[in-house]
Amino acid sequence: MDALLIERETILAAFWMTIRLTAVSALGSLVLGTLLTAMRVAPLASLRAAASCYVSVARNTPLTLVLLFTGLGVGANLGVELSDDLATNNFWLACIGLTAYTSAFVCEALRSGLNTVPVGQAEAARSLGLGFVKTLGLITLPQAFRAVVAPLGSILIALTKNTTIALVVGVSEASVRMREMIETYGDQVIEIFLGFAAGFLLLCLPMGLLFGWLSRRMAVAR
Amino acid sequence: MTYANLYERPGPRGVRRNRALAALVALALLALAYVVYLRFDARDQWAAEKWTPLLRGDVWATFILPGLAGTLGAAVTGVILAGLFGLVFATARLSEHRWIRMPAAAVVEFFRSVPLLLLIFFAFFGSYMLIGVNISAFAAVVFGLTLYNGSVIAEIVRAGVLSLPRGQSEAAYATGMRKGQVMRLVLLPQAFRAMMPAIVSQFVVLLKDSALGLIVGYDELVDRGLNGIAANFSNVIPAAILIAAIFIVINLSLDRLAHRLGAR
Amino acid sequence: MFGRSLHVTFTVIALAAAATACGGQDDYASVVDKAKTAKKLVIGVKADQPGLGLRTPDGTFTGFDIEVARYVAKQLGVEAKDITFKETVSANREAFIEQGQVDMVVATYSITDARKQKVSFAGPYFVAGQDLLIRAGDTALTGPEALNGKKLCSVAGSTPAQKVKSEYAKEVQLQEERTYSACVDRVLGGQLDAITTDDVILAGYAAQHGGELKVVGKPFSTEKYGIGLKKDDKAGRDAVNDALEKMFADGSWTKALQASVGASGFALPQAPKLERY
Repeated sequence: MDALLIERETILAAFWMTIRLTAVSALGSLVLGTLLTAMRVAPLASLRAAASCYVSVARNTPLTLVLLFTGLGVGANLGVELSDDLATNNFWLACIGLTAYTSAFVCEALRSGLNTVPVGQAEAARSLGLGFVKTLGLITLPQAFRAVVAPLGSILIALTKNTTIALVVGVSEASVRMREMIETYGDQVIEIFLGFAAGFLLLCLPMGLLFGWLSRRMAVAR
Repeated sequence: MTYANLYERPGPRGVRRNRALAALVALALLALAYVVYLRFDARDQWAAEKWTPLLRGDVWATFILPGLAGTLGAAVTGVILAGLFGLVFATARLSEHRWIRMPAAAVVEFFRSVPLLLLIFFAFFGSYMLIGVNISAFAAVVFGLTLYNGSVIAEIVRAGVLSLPRGQSEAAYATGMRKGQVMRLVLLPQAFRAMMPAIVSQFVVLLKDSALGLIVGYDELVDRGLNGIAANFSNVIPAAILIAAIFIVINLSLDRLAHRLGAR
Repeated sequence: MFGRSLHVTFTVIALAAAATACGGQDDYASVVDKAKTAKKLVIGVKADQPGLGLRTPDGTFTGFDIEVARYVAKQLGVEAKDITFKETVSANREAFIEQGQVDMVVATYSITDARKQKVSFAGPYFVAGQDLLIRAGDTALTGPEALNGKKLCSVAGSTPAQKVKSEYAKEVQLQEERTYSACVDRVLGGQLDAITTDDVILAGYAAQHGGELKVVGKPFSTEKYGIGLKKDDKAGRDAVNDALEKMFADGSWTKALQASVGASGFALPQAPKLERY
């Protein structure tokens, strides 16, 4: 247990990084995912094609490679510099990569949510004279969101765990620290692993419960 | 397309306007792509000497194909073991004995919450303390893939069994089947069929996750292919684009398979 | 029907498990015995370090480590064609030796007391030092002290970068990458200023990018590269040391080093003194 006690501040800092990465990327993915969903059902063929192409690519590429593209492609080759400070820059690049990947899954979930909304809802909205943006934004999307609360919860949990792959762009979060600690305290591998696993259980289990409760509460009664 | 009803069918003027807008959007997207192209060009990323190696037969034979074999090897082993793990734990969680149900639930919830990367690290570095031997990178990767994806599949299968009408098991009991037979011969096959698309998409996740093997030096597509090629020709970006394309092609075919299975 | 397919799956897994279990190597007391009786060796090397150990597209390996491994193997009585090179990464070198997956490791393997607990070392066959790799036109960066305010790249899981920060330049910003190729890309692109690791590894990259990169040439640590063997293989250690002695003496050592990293303009050192134990 010594290792965990001695290094508790490093571990807490690592998990704080995990939480920040998760929070920022979750927000980003929700926004981008909603936008992508809107694009996929838009009246313009080119928007639909672009969104569905993006989703297929992002969903089917390993996250390791997505993050490598954001680090080397966006960061180094496009010359996007979000901060003079390397650590901050890497943090934002990691958020961009995680958002790019996760938003594809959010889009898929929302689209299947749209399918659960009865046709009559949109037809009623149109008969009131609402256009595409209002029909989608005020009538169908809110209902779609309520239908997919549980899948969105699973996506959030997956995102929390996926932040460990941010080590690819050089962000020091839980997996980097766990590895370093294993190298330093080689005789306490099991305690170290259980310690980090407990951290993720503490983050993920409440999320699962919360979203389970939310999905029951917010379900659209039909 | 059920959501095509989100807007009125445009009239002749609307059609013209939509076409113009669509063309405008397409142009904007192309312009964006062109800017990216120019920026990459400024860094010589399109230089022929970075791309031509990717077409060479020996590069494929030495780096890409062995890497692909490694990826598929870990993925296929992982799929088989994860499927079995899922089957066993789904059954255990459906057991009517509390002392079977509870530990099974704990195991499944635990492995669903721990990041795969940590599982692989732990298996690789901790195996010596745990069982007295150092396991290979392959074993560590398969260990992680099995436990994580197996737990997810267990949940999928359990949901599948629970979604079956009660009449199925009642009818089976009525014909004199025993508990195990009902589960094995009646419920699980139907649950598997109903959940096939979900299970196949989990296998897509598993295949992508096998790329994490690179952190313990397992010879898969990213480690052997990308890093091997980049070390020789210093073309990280072109090699990464090729490797990503290979993953996308494989996963899209799996996706199509899932759809076809779902349709049946 | 379902039951039968389950049986088949179980059988397949059992067979696969058995096959892997039987895949282990035969046990020899010493690498010398294996070389003598089997006339074959499996040698662990790096596969992604130009100049030291690099897998080339034709499937063979090149580099200084490879030349050393071939020479030593030849002295033990094994021809080049009977050597199987196996890729090792920093994380699995000890494990590979302990499990007998490789007979020896020649992979920029620094001799340390911690590692001596698990494996034994012949050599050193090269003494490297931590150094910096910078753009060829960069004249301001003359050593680790000049790194304040600069951006330094290292490979994840390695401690050298931390050492630069704590001992030489408190204001340096560290970037961890997964591979040196990625570091090289970013230094050439201008986002980062320097890469740090052992000078001879850096020289390999400088040689690969003729004229674009240079090694600063002021090493600030010593890393003794040894050949890793099974923990108690004294006979093997002595035999490998004899082979190295001969390699230093007959000029092959200098020739191999010159051929591997000479193009970088890196000042080639003298052969080191062996540390027999």
